Amino acid sequence: MDETYVSLANFAQTGGLLYFMAVFAAIVVYAVWPGNKKRFDEASSIPLREDD
Amino acid sequence: MSAWKKHEIFEKNSLILIIGIVIAISIGGLVEIVPLYYLKSTIEKTEGVRPYTPLELAGRNIYVREGCYTCHSQMIRPLRDELERYGNYSLAAESMYDRPFQWGSKRTGPDLARVGGKYSDQWHKDHLVNPRSVSPTSVMPGYPFLVKNELTTRDMKDHLELNVLYGVPYTEEQIANAKADAVAQAMPDSDAAEGFEERYPGVALRDFDGNPDKVTEMDALIAYLQMLGTLVDFKLYDEKANLR
Amino acid sequence: MVKQKARYLTLEEGGFATLLLATVVLCLIIAGRTFDQVLAFHAGVVAVASAVGAFYIFRRYFDGEKLRAPLEIDGKPNYNFGPVKVGAWLSVFWGIAGFLVGLIIALQLAYPVLNLDLPWTSFGRMRPLHTSAVIFAFGGNVLIASSFYVVQRTCRARMPGEILPWLVVLGYNVFIVIAGTGYLLGVTQGKEYAEPEWYADWLLTIVWVFYLFAFLGTIWRRREPHIYVANWFYLAFIVTIAVLHIFNNASLPVSLFSTKSYIVWAGVQDAMVQWWYGHNAVGFFLTAGFLAIMYYFIPKRAERPVYSYRLSIVHFWALIFIYIWAGPHHLHYTALPQWASTLGMTFSIILWMPSWGGMINGLMTLSGAWDKMRTDPVLRMMVVSVAFYGMSTFEGPVMSIREVNGLSHYTDWTIGHVHAGALGWVGYISFGALYCLIPWLYNKKLYSLRLVNAHFWVSTLGIVLYICAMWVSGIMQGLMWRAYDSLGFLEYSFIETVDAMHPFYVIRALGGGMFLLGALFMAYNLIMTVRSKESEETVADTSGLVAAE
Repeated sequence: MDETYVSLANFAQTGGLLYFMAVFAAIVVYAVWPGNKKRFDEASSIPLREDD
Repeated sequence: MSAWKKHEIFEKNSLILIIGIVIAISIGGLVEIVPLYYLKSTIEKTEGVRPYTPLELAGRNIYVREGCYTCHSQMIRPLRDELERYGNYSLAAESMYDRPFQWGSKRTGPDLARVGGKYSDQWHKDHLVNPRSVSPTSVMPGYPFLVKNELTTRDMKDHLELNVLYGVPYTEEQIANAKADAVAQAMPDSDAAEGFEERYPGVALRDFDGNPDKVTEMDALIAYLQMLGTLVDFKLYDEKANLR
Repeated sequence: MVKQKARYLTLEEGGFATLLLATVVLCLIIAGRTFDQVLAFHAGVVAVASAVGAFYIFRRYFDGEKLRAPLEIDGKPNYNFGPVKVGAWLSVFWGIAGFLVGLIIALQLAYPVLNLDLPWTSFGRMRPLHTSAVIFAFGGNVLIASSFYVVQRTCRARMPGEILPWLVVLGYNVFIVIAGTGYLLGVTQGKEYAEPEWYADWLLTIVWVFYLFAFLGTIWRRREPHIYVANWFYLAFIVTIAVLHIFNNASLPVSLFSTKSYIVWAGVQDAMVQWWYGHNAVGFFLTAGFLAIMYYFIPKRAERPVYSYRLSIVHFWALIFIYIWAGPHHLHYTALPQWASTLGMTFSIILWMPSWGGMINGLMTLSGAWDKMRTDPVLRMMVVSVAFYGMSTFEGPVMSIREVNGLSHYTDWTIGHVHAGALGWVGYISFGALYCLIPWLYNKKLYSLRLVNAHFWVSTLGIVLYICAMWVSGIMQGLMWRAYDSLGFLEYSFIETVDAMHPFYVIRALGGGMFLLGALFMAYNLIMTVRSKESEETVADTSGLVAAE
């Protein structure tokens, strides 16, 4: 076991975890942000709207 | 024009989406692949692992061509039954010159990582021509055409040169004589055999398919199969030094 | 159509004609100089295909066809559905071909005499043909056709180019022909699901860049302010497959006149790159692409918006972010360092969450309209496909756990798992999309819903037989390999475990045969749909606009 492996593992376990949590939180916040609701409702009806 | 402005924003959005996708998919791949190149522990320190001889390389290419990897693995796992059935677990070092790797993902037939030396050349020939002749309930296809097909050695030199480009340590002599060596390894009585022995000391030199008239694809494939897993002497291998 | 006597060659026509003619010249040079018969044959195929393509471009020019089809007719988008139709029919064709080859190799495992001892009919060459035919030929054509349809409809814009979309659809299928015939003739890279050799890889790379631009170009022209979520998934599929394809096929040919190439990566690194590719071919080709189909066709067919658009956004980012890590779970207990396979396992287990998020989103779209499951067998097929998706994305994380994988790896359990996803999820969502697409494209009524029903039941029974046979044989195989007798010796020789598989291989072949039969029902049904005179004017979901081709 060399040093690079240990330091890499440490980085992955702490920095990686925090990073993933932050990204995930950002996505969830974006998805549930009240201001975005109208846009999402509109977008979800795109397939159902017809051209004519 | 306001319509143009809007349009521009939309274009940007789709590009932002692409950039987001590329970032999201890059991280995992980079973290998993890049360290394999600079962590020294990835490939164990061993003695004995050497590049394939031209004939073995040609045999390996036949192994790839026939899709043997769809039914045979070349990766023994460190599980008790596999160690007893197949031998020492496979090391990364043992496939360090394998392009492509042939670890496989399915064992319709047994693992072949250490098949070298387990059976005679004659057994391999009989088995490859008609598997049912030596193993009556085998479901393996027969490969009778391997005995008939003369081995293509025309561009053997190009094969070695490309491998050298990737860092495989073939010598200049080995490259220059690649074509002759591919033939010589299966022609022990030929004049070229002596040169082969000099360039590849200690490597099996014999008529693998029992047909002295020509060097066939069967020669090449058996030469490859018979060296599989035989390079590392596990009596000398220091397992503790390579713990990872 | 008004004939315009004199006009300049458009930049698009000129550019593609030059490209195709240059390809002809290059291929002829290669064909003339190579010793490799397969390469000469393939160069000939590409030369002929390119020449025909160039001929059509010039014929189109000299016929004085309109410079460009109008983007709109009477204020409605003038969609370009010609390439979609061709892609849809090609997927039907390749599907049946791929299922048939699958049936043949299943029978070869039960009755090895069927290998015929010929080079080009042996299992080792036919198996890549099967996997490529179903994944890339069938699945790929479904994805290209449906993506061109969905992106135009959801952007309310005609896709760019007159030649470009055709080059994507037809060029992709030339790649399929080159790859498939190559396997049978012994040309392969020997990397699972990435068998095509270097020149086929280059062909695909070029086609794929055109595909990306055709798709993006439509988005850039869109009349909708939003990019609908299905297009996100399609885009992730196109972009990621490009990245995976390039890195996993980073190889150099022995010479320009040889089919044989060597990959840059070797051994353990090659293994990691390969399964990073391999698992993400599942994740982005067989999952993201077909999720896009789910997000368009299920709401459309059920006539209600997707259950939660918010969930679909979280689903999208979580899925693509996490999937890319899952590859090394294919390499447990191998010479790959354990930290890598542990990472793969961890993310595979996390992946269960976004997968089921997507499944819930698909299924719950039906809430309040569950009765349609009874009356509409097409919708039922798509909903069942989402259920299969849920099943295999639960099974997958379980199999990625190191100790479970110790038993399941190298056995038929993996084959069963793959087919639960491939037949149940990918197959059914594709069939559902085709049952929707063909009537919509031709403005016809589907010929027979009863036949769809028959298709559904015969293939569902087939899938059940298939997966159950593989579960039993796989787990049995794994247990037999590690069984010890009372004296502490291995209880079974390898060949005894092979013998024990036989009945299950027969059952599996039967299941596969039923699945093929169902697909034949579908082909007949779709052909009769187009041939029937009955047009569907009462249903609103057909716009009635036929492309000016």
